[in-house]
Amino acid sequence: MKFWPFIKVLPVRTHFRFVRLARVFSSLSVLAIIGSLFLTLYPFKAPCGGLACGIDFQGGTVMDISTAPQAADPAKIHAALQGLNLNETVQTAGAPGAAILRFEAPKGADISATVTRVEGALTKAFGTVKFASTDVVGPTVSGELLSKGLLGLGLAILAMLLYIWFRFELQFGLGAVAALFHDVFLTFGLIAIMGRFGKIEFDLRSVAAILTIIGYSMNDTVVVFDRFRENLRKYKSMPLGEVIDMSINEMLTRTIITSMTAVLALLALAFFGGPTLYGLSVIMLFGIGIGTYSSIYIAAPVIMLWGVKRGGVDEPAEPLKPQTVR
Amino acid sequence: MMNLARWKVIVVVLATVLGLLFSLPNVLPAHVRESLPGFMPKSTLHLGLDLQGGSYLLYSVDTAALRTERLTNMAEDVRTGLRDKNIAFTELAVINGQIGLRITDPTQVTAAANLLRGTIGAPLSGTTGGRDVTVSTSGDQRIVVAFVPAAFDAEASKAVEQNIEVIRRRVDTTGAKEINPVRQGKDRIVIEAAGENDPEKLKSLIGQTAKLTFQMVDDQASPEDIAAGRIPPGDEVIPSSDGLAPQYLVKRRAPITGEMLTNAQPGFDQQGGTGALVQFRMNSLGSTRFAEITRSNIGKRFAIVLDKKVIEAPTIQGVIPSGSGQITGHFTPESANELSVLLRAGALPAPMKVEEQRTVGAELGADAVKAGATSAIVGLVATMIFMLLIYGGLFGGISLIALAVNAVMIIGVMSFTQATLTLPGIAGLILTLAVAVDANVLIYERMRDELRAGRSVIAAMEAGFARAWGTIFDANMTHIFSALIMFNLGSGPVKGFAWTLAIGVFTTVFSAVLVTQVLLAWWFKTARPKTLPIA
Repeated sequence: MKFWPFIKVLPVRTHFRFVRLARVFSSLSVLAIIGSLFLTLYPFKAPCGGLACGIDFQGGTVMDISTAPQAADPAKIHAALQGLNLNETVQTAGAPGAAILRFEAPKGADISATVTRVEGALTKAFGTVKFASTDVVGPTVSGELLSKGLLGLGLAILAMLLYIWFRFELQFGLGAVAALFHDVFLTFGLIAIMGRFGKIEFDLRSVAAILTIIGYSMNDTVVVFDRFRENLRKYKSMPLGEVIDMSINEMLTRTIITSMTAVLALLALAFFGGPTLYGLSVIMLFGIGIGTYSSIYIAAPVIMLWGVKRGGVDEPAEPLKPQTVR
Repeated sequence: MMNLARWKVIVVVLATVLGLLFSLPNVLPAHVRESLPGFMPKSTLHLGLDLQGGSYLLYSVDTAALRTERLTNMAEDVRTGLRDKNIAFTELAVINGQIGLRITDPTQVTAAANLLRGTIGAPLSGTTGGRDVTVSTSGDQRIVVAFVPAAFDAEASKAVEQNIEVIRRRVDTTGAKEINPVRQGKDRIVIEAAGENDPEKLKSLIGQTAKLTFQMVDDQASPEDIAAGRIPPGDEVIPSSDGLAPQYLVKRRAPITGEMLTNAQPGFDQQGGTGALVQFRMNSLGSTRFAEITRSNIGKRFAIVLDKKVIEAPTIQGVIPSGSGQITGHFTPESANELSVLLRAGALPAPMKVEEQRTVGAELGADAVKAGATSAIVGLVATMIFMLLIYGGLFGGISLIALAVNAVMIIGVMSFTQATLTLPGIAGLILTLAVAVDANVLIYERMRDELRAGRSVIAAMEAGFARAWGTIFDANMTHIFSALIMFNLGSGPVKGFAWTLAIGVFTTVFSAVLVTQVLLAWWFKTARPKTLPIA
């Protein structure tokens, strides 16, 4: 068993010079952020800008219906709902007879009563219709959810800044927050692009996914920072860039292994978790990737840009304490 | 640290046994679970609506409508009060949340205002002399009556509580299980109904105001006058659903209201008909009034009005002294039954409207459970194989045991606390477990670093735990923050996700650090290795 366990054949210590490429990668990142911001905001459609707005934030109704064994003929559905003044869109997808119905209740009408009427009209037209799921969000609630969601994202970033500041130093906190902004903006860019292809909607679940990414990205950044701080104390005369490189290289095995386990789990979710979890897992997969990247190429270089207080001479290696084994 | 401290062993064993004990009910069939002895935990995971199917309804209580309604009633008091004192007025109306009127004779304005100050509204509780409305005069002989804001807020809040009470009564009488209306914020009510409840039935049961009134029909005014909008003062036009007339002109004053009913039951027409009807019985006040009305209005019609719709307008044939009667609208047996339930439970003090509705069919919920379980198993098995490949049978295996203990503890804690498991929650669970091995990885990598730095096996293992601890702690705190914030986002499924993440952080730190430590220490003590298999 020459190759097992793998850990034995993995390179013991890598010597990549990450910092040297920091300039190139951070310029690329800045470009990517600008692109993402543009895609997120353009065409400035209220309330979600360039993102495909889910009903959580836009308000409206989504009904998942099945007219099986009859085919869910969109024309027949439109005909059945004529006169209700809904401007409905019908999307047939997946199983035969399955359709997704989206509409907004006419202004001033009771949103819930509208659903009742739609169910009645469809049942009359098709005989039996199964209503697998119905989501109705009124305008008041959708507005609240959107502001709560955005506030949540802001609060999460602020909490991370304060925590890192408290546990490390302000420069570390700023580096971490720069990495976070990077991750969050790029994730928004992904949601915007996927939204244009009708794959991912921006809704509460996406916000939860982004919050998880924030947690994960921070987790990664903290691990690198921890080693960085330790090495800063150990090698007081080594140039900052080299300390950063060394710290990242030392943690590289761990970073790869942990990302891999997360990626494996998320792939399982994306493939087997069904439509509800698809968007959530794709967003998180992307986030794990850029979270790892940003800890290396955003968080650490920002610290280098700011510099950290150091001084004194190298600490002698810790004396080996005598150990007792019971 | 590598010494096998007794307390650590005890804590690990205890936590594992408790975790197993509390997650056990989830894998037992229901009949076995029921027959467990009393001290054994029996609760299984509480599945969210997206997994077991059900409806979530968020209602807002329409306090603006409540205000208008109260003011409209008050305007009638103003009308009768001023008329009794022979004070002439015009333009009495409820506009913009207040009552406005104009006194015809300028010299009577002060007298009218003083009269209204003493009689309109209700005395404020807890204060001396104050009332819940203010009466103010302005130029042009106008008088404005408005609620004291704080008094109305208190009244609105009380109305929300009463609404919840009424909903509870309605739901209880139908025997619908596990439906508990909960107040949210100032004027919202959340209702969650799990399982096979028909959301449409639920909505008509909960959302209907069910305000019943008996009002006299005004046959004096000609249909032409009504059509032209010349409605006599004190009257109102109410649309009808009785199939005989499109609308009725009735007196505003309602001598008999739904509160005076003591009972209502569905029944069938005894006189050969097949129609379903609702039989009711009134309390003594209602009976007395009903007797009076029927005595003095023989030959006239009265309208039975439900939620501003006339359902029947029978002609009074004779005196009805008993206080019981029946409503024959156009009922089916089901709708007769529903109206009886609504009348027995009473009307909602304030109208409500649906702000948010989420319904998941039981079938879709079952599909979601399947999808969640499949992806959980695939994801975990993949993670486990990966860890075994990377770290080998011993260290990889130890991290798998830690993972298993972690999973059992999360499920145990969630079953015990009855925290809701949602589909995104399952995703959170899988992700938590996959990332939980990070703690193991951190510890193992640290050990390898220390070995390479030339330390002995025991010293490297010591340092691995001691030095990785700070990193593990900081790294997991970040998850706690994001979970806390997610928890405040509202929305059930997302809350479930946050809850699983948060529980997972604690069990992860426990299992990855303590369980791993005890197992490694035990291995070290028995094997006395010269080197680590991961070095």
